[in-house]
Amino acid sequence: MNSRDNDRQRFFTRRAALLAGGQLGLLTALVGRMYYLQVVESERYHMLAEENRINMRLLPPSRGRILDRFGVPVAVNQQNYRVLIKSENTPDVSAVLDRLAMIIPIDADEKARILKEIRRKKKFVPVTVREFLEWEDVARLEVNAPDLPGVTIDVGERRYYPNGIAAAHVLGYVGAPRREDLTGDPLLELPGFRIGRSGVERAFDKPLRGKAGASQLEVNAVGRVIRELDRQNGDAGRDVVLTMDLALQRSAMRHLGDESGSVVVMDVETGGLIVQASTPSFDPNAFTEGLSNSQWRALADNERAPLRNKAIAGEYAPGSTFKMIVALAALEEGVITADTSFFCPGYLELGDGKFHCWRRHGHGHVDLARSIAESCDVYYYEIARKVGIDKIAKMATRFGLGTDLALDVPGERSGLVPTKAWKRAVIGSPWVVGETLVAGIGQGFVLTTPLQLAIMTARMVNGGKEVLPHLARDVVQRGELAERAPVEPKSIGVNPRHLDVMMKAMAEVMEDPRGTAHAARIKVPGFSMAGKTGTAQVRRISLRERDGGVIKNQDLPWKFRDHALFVGYGPIEKPRYAISVVVEHGGGGASVAAPIARDVMTETLERDPARLAPGADVAGLHGPARQGT
Amino acid sequence: MASFGDAQPTIRQKLLRLNWELVLLIVLTASIGFAMLYSAANGNFDPWASRQISRFSVGLAMMLVVALIDIRFWLRASYPIYGLCLALLAAVEIMGSIGMGAQRWLDLGFFQLQPSEVMKIAVILALARYFHGFDVDEAGRLRNLWIPVLIVVAPIALVLRQPDLGTAMVVAMVGGSMFWLGGARLWQFGVVAAGVAAAVPVAWQFLHAYQKQRIFTFLNPENDPLGSGYHILQSKIALGSGGMFGKGFLEGTQSHLNFLPEKQTDFIFTMLAEEFGLIGGVGLIALYGLLIAYGIFIAFRCRSQFARLLAMGLSVNFFLYVFINIAMVMGILPVVGVPLPLISYGGTAMLTVLIGFGLIMSCWLHRDMHINRRGGLA
Repeated sequence: MNSRDNDRQRFFTRRAALLAGGQLGLLTALVGRMYYLQVVESERYHMLAEENRINMRLLPPSRGRILDRFGVPVAVNQQNYRVLIKSENTPDVSAVLDRLAMIIPIDADEKARILKEIRRKKKFVPVTVREFLEWEDVARLEVNAPDLPGVTIDVGERRYYPNGIAAAHVLGYVGAPRREDLTGDPLLELPGFRIGRSGVERAFDKPLRGKAGASQLEVNAVGRVIRELDRQNGDAGRDVVLTMDLALQRSAMRHLGDESGSVVVMDVETGGLIVQASTPSFDPNAFTEGLSNSQWRALADNERAPLRNKAIAGEYAPGSTFKMIVALAALEEGVITADTSFFCPGYLELGDGKFHCWRRHGHGHVDLARSIAESCDVYYYEIARKVGIDKIAKMATRFGLGTDLALDVPGERSGLVPTKAWKRAVIGSPWVVGETLVAGIGQGFVLTTPLQLAIMTARMVNGGKEVLPHLARDVVQRGELAERAPVEPKSIGVNPRHLDVMMKAMAEVMEDPRGTAHAARIKVPGFSMAGKTGTAQVRRISLRERDGGVIKNQDLPWKFRDHALFVGYGPIEKPRYAISVVVEHGGGGASVAAPIARDVMTETLERDPARLAPGADVAGLHGPARQGT
Repeated sequence: MASFGDAQPTIRQKLLRLNWELVLLIVLTASIGFAMLYSAANGNFDPWASRQISRFSVGLAMMLVVALIDIRFWLRASYPIYGLCLALLAAVEIMGSIGMGAQRWLDLGFFQLQPSEVMKIAVILALARYFHGFDVDEAGRLRNLWIPVLIVVAPIALVLRQPDLGTAMVVAMVGGSMFWLGGARLWQFGVVAAGVAAAVPVAWQFLHAYQKQRIFTFLNPENDPLGSGYHILQSKIALGSGGMFGKGFLEGTQSHLNFLPEKQTDFIFTMLAEEFGLIGGVGLIALYGLLIAYGIFIAFRCRSQFARLLAMGLSVNFFLYVFINIAMVMGILPVVGVPLPLISYGGTAMLTVLIGFGLIMSCWLHRDMHINRRGGLA
């Protein structure tokens, strides 16, 4: 019995010891595993834990404002009131939405969208019911808050253009980023984030945008925010200051009225654009909220092209405003002098063709100054034929016509200055002399933009300096705003005496009683301006029609009426501003465009910063004028 | 030799001889549990820590009572207790099949009893009782082994039907250990191992979809980080991010932000290791090691085969709880739902473990007692 018991005990001890050893081994394995997880792999798991816990939330920066040259805001940020609904605080979402619909209209589609979004999102994530609420609606919602559990109002920012329609083409508009705009910057993917789509908003989008801030939030396993761990406030976007004068811009828009056309006013020394108006316009605020399809179609299909910035993208035959270029080409080539005269019988015969002057019975003996003042066509047929198209084109190019002027907002077109080589290459046939004659009066192939006409005038009156246009005081360099370097523009290399002849002739256009725009001269004492009218034909006048009497513009369909043009400068003694006016299918340059130019120029001179606020720091005002004050 | 058996020690003597250092270790371990439950409730005694403390107090009292009861009583009561537990388990199974789903407990009003937990102790008692009656070479005979096999297989069959794979495995392993200690031959273990290996593909067919999923997930948790792999992955993240010294008491981000599931029950070790790091985790494992070693030490000191087998079996049982739970939260074993003894929130497990230690202490108090094969004094 005892020995058997001892056997049993020995057996037990042996096997129990093995079992205990096994247990010890397994516990040691656990410790080893712990060491691996907590020491060897600790770094990795620590990162994973932080990733779990910390949620980065972007804080969108305030978009920079856009100001006019006097600091008047033209693009600002407005508070955007949004109604949000959180389902965790709402016992019956559908019923609350119905009650909400009695205060702000919510149609069935919208309601379905909201309910779908609520189902998809976690119950503590607010869903946007409506954006861009009016203040009255906000007030009514606040009053009814007890009946609307889970409904909150939140304030964001939206772009607002206080005088949107007046400067829509300059400012452009903002819109949600499209797929191709996404660069991987998470800011762009924030709901409700807007980027510049056109105009200054687009060209200066980077500095306007600013830098996003970030908030580090601690969240729990279901994503609810527990607390904010860290916050870095971003940088608001930089304000962009324009050379534009909002008051003048609005006035120019008013003077254009219902016409479709454009007005450009430019500082001839700096190239800064004071006015850049284009009609008809549109409301850029509508783009912030997103256009409906029908709104978009209405804008896009309008024959007067409200979306096109006609000041920089409208291409027109310059008509008689081109005559200074032809005259300067002739003067520089020595074909004529300031005293050369021609006889105008009302037409010029070339081979079988007969080229008419706008005045049926001719101007008689015409010298250079009179040819500008009274816009004699025959004079220009004569000199254009003598100079030749390529010399004319060379002169036009020096004045910026047919070239890209590198404006600081996108959308500029370059127009067309034809040469013999161009015609051979593009049209495929040789140049004929008749075409030179037609080009001599700014018709035919020649196309210019209002911006180019303003630059042409500016270079003519600023002593022949190659100024370039710009809309903003500063420039964008590597995504940042930088001060515009004040470079002295180089000369276009035209004899100043010849330029002086042109300026004097342009003064006579308005001052001389026989001048084409005499009726539109400035009568306000102390102010003066000079200019040149132009009327660009958009159709061909047949021989038969000419015999029977040219049909009056008013009797033609709008599309076939002449374009009315005017270029000018002021004041006469010391030119500071250049202006160009184009009224599409408006009729005569003298009767339609010149009065608009006069009104805008008068106000421009009245609002000259040197007069208004001597010594003030006004955008686009550099050089001589500033020293003079 | 029989000098001791004649003089029955009084309760007072027994209390004096009780291994209080073991009681102290148990209280210490349980206190760590209270602290973790306090942390799991984000620094509140409610709802877990306070209830756990009161349960532990009741359990501790029960442990002492069990310890003081004569070991021979336990020997004689072994089969009745086993029978009662089997009946309870069957009752749960029947009630469950009536339509309450996978319900694993009986509602006793003040307490929800999980018969499958108590069953582990009953199996150990019954097997210790059985093998107590045989010599080593007799015990190893096949004709003497079919009854203990039945003792183990019957509860496993019931538990598997619930289905509770974890408990079934623990019962099987505890039973196996008892066979190993009681005298089963090595070749018999070889045959069983081969049989199990052959049966795995067949058994696979009977597993529930969620059980299969758990095994797949265990094999590759990163495959499905937001679905079934979530628990294991988050647990590993919590452990790993705890590092050497932990994030500090109440500072565990994974557990307090609810990334860690079941942090008050099955995953409480993870929480401890997140807040107290490798030092805390290894410390607790060492504490468990001491408790297990103490049980084994007592088993070696017992003169009766019943007490030896009982003390050793209970130690193995306790070890299995510890090992399976910790291995599970560290991703070594599949998630099977085994609590961390003395620490996880839960009534039955706590009670079972304390009763187990009560029995181990009874073995200690009656270690020198010679018990004949019928259950009387030798």
